[in-house]
Amino acid sequence: MNARSAIPLASAALALLALAFVVPAATAADTVDPVADAKAFQKFFTDKFPKLKPEDFVNGPYSMNEDLHRQWEEKEQFPPYEFSLEAGKEMFTKPFKNGKSFEDCFPNKGIGIRQNYPYFDEKEGKVVTLELALNRCREASGEAPLSYVRDDMAALTAYMAFTSRGKPMDIKLPNDPRALEAYQQGKEYFYTRRGQLNFSCATCHVQSPGERIRAEVLAPALGILNAMPIYRSEWSGMGTTSRRFTTCNSQIRGVPLDPQADEYRDLEYYLSYVSNGLPISGPGARP
Amino acid sequence: MKIWVLESILAATLLLAGAMSALAASTEAEFKAAYAAAEAANKEAGSLRNQWTTTAATLAAAKKAADSGDFDNAVAQAKEAEALAKASIFQATSEKERWKDLEIR
Amino acid sequence: MASTIRVRATSNGDTTEVQALIQHPMDSGFVKDAKGDIIPAHFIQELTFEYDGKAVFVADWGGGVSKDPYVKFAFKGGKKGDDLKVSWVDNKGATDTTTAKIQ
Repeated sequence: MNARSAIPLASAALALLALAFVVPAATAADTVDPVADAKAFQKFFTDKFPKLKPEDFVNGPYSMNEDLHRQWEEKEQFPPYEFSLEAGKEMFTKPFKNGKSFEDCFPNKGIGIRQNYPYFDEKEGKVVTLELALNRCREASGEAPLSYVRDDMAALTAYMAFTSRGKPMDIKLPNDPRALEAYQQGKEYFYTRRGQLNFSCATCHVQSPGERIRAEVLAPALGILNAMPIYRSEWSGMGTTSRRFTTCNSQIRGVPLDPQADEYRDLEYYLSYVSNGLPISGPGARP
Repeated sequence: MKIWVLESILAATLLLAGAMSALAASTEAEFKAAYAAAEAANKEAGSLRNQWTTTAATLAAAKKAADSGDFDNAVAQAKEAEALAKASIFQATSEKERWKDLEIR
Repeated sequence: MASTIRVRATSNGDTTEVQALIQHPMDSGFVKDAKGDIIPAHFIQELTFEYDGKAVFVADWGGGVSKDPYVKFAFKGGKKGDDLKVSWVDNKGATDTTTAKIQ
């Protein structure tokens, strides 16, 4: 798109979007009610796709398109993330220089706990994601942190997700105004339009699930993190949640923030919370 | 016949006007000012956590043009970059309220 | 070192269905790295499945096949408990082979 036409186009897009969406009746004071949010969120998607069971949503585009679903079922017999999963298991138990390993940093040696992440750390006053916790574990043992967007981190989260397969997402919101604030920030980020293409996460994953963007079928926002990390054929490899957030930003021509920036941590917190109850399906595969 | 004459006079006038503005070519000083303005706007967009990738690309193109001495192009690119940066600021500011339009309730 | 080949073969009496997942970078030789240098071509050229001493499936591949290729096919015959041998050779002359029992 010609840069010169960007401004009128951007303004037009903003105006059009505002008109296209029914503005709800004036609400009372904007109080944060995550329980009501989650209920409305899940109802929106189950109403939109009445033939799907709630747990189907964690399979993203595969539940949106029959042909894709058939191909995916076949591939799941011999999934492409197998190599990453094995590498992750090996890495998780391998000792650091000081003799400790990841097992020492997590409850139950890291097995079957993925569904509790991210969580709000009341001492720190911030959201802690699984990827962040893994790197903090390394740093506590004097090891260099891993890149949030490369294979090693993806392998580790793949292993942890696999040990939690089937368990319902279980994000806690403590009775702490800072936690509520983080949740609200995440929610705002999700719906805020950004980038020159003026997309928000909701533009694709709330307004258009099951429809196409170029050749890809869009996933619904409900349960969208339950399958992470994912082996994406487009990437020819595994990708973390961080990788997905940053690349989505640059694809809509917005400069991505740092992988574990507050905004992304809060976003992950919000998106995971509103998908509470849906099963962990990771590691996943996507087109 | 008359219309043809009028049109040709109009065309000549425009050509002359164009030639006159081309004569007033952009200087390095003008580029530096335009670039600084664009950078400042992009920095503000950065503080709002909403920079666009195309702003950075256009800034780079402006600098490249200036480095090769093409200040007309450099100034034009810098002005575009500033416009893009300002649009990204507008987006970030207006979205502070507009995000609610998309919210599932 | 663990084999790069995962294979599963199941027989229903008449036909045997085979699935295989092979770990290989399958670099086409056209992609550039972050520095702008070409990543050299490195891909499997021949993939062979043998049953009872005979080739039942042979693939001649080039750089167009993606990383970590997945193959699925069926052949007539094959009995439970028999061996199925899988092997590949790449453009650098490297090879790997594995044998699986038909289930």
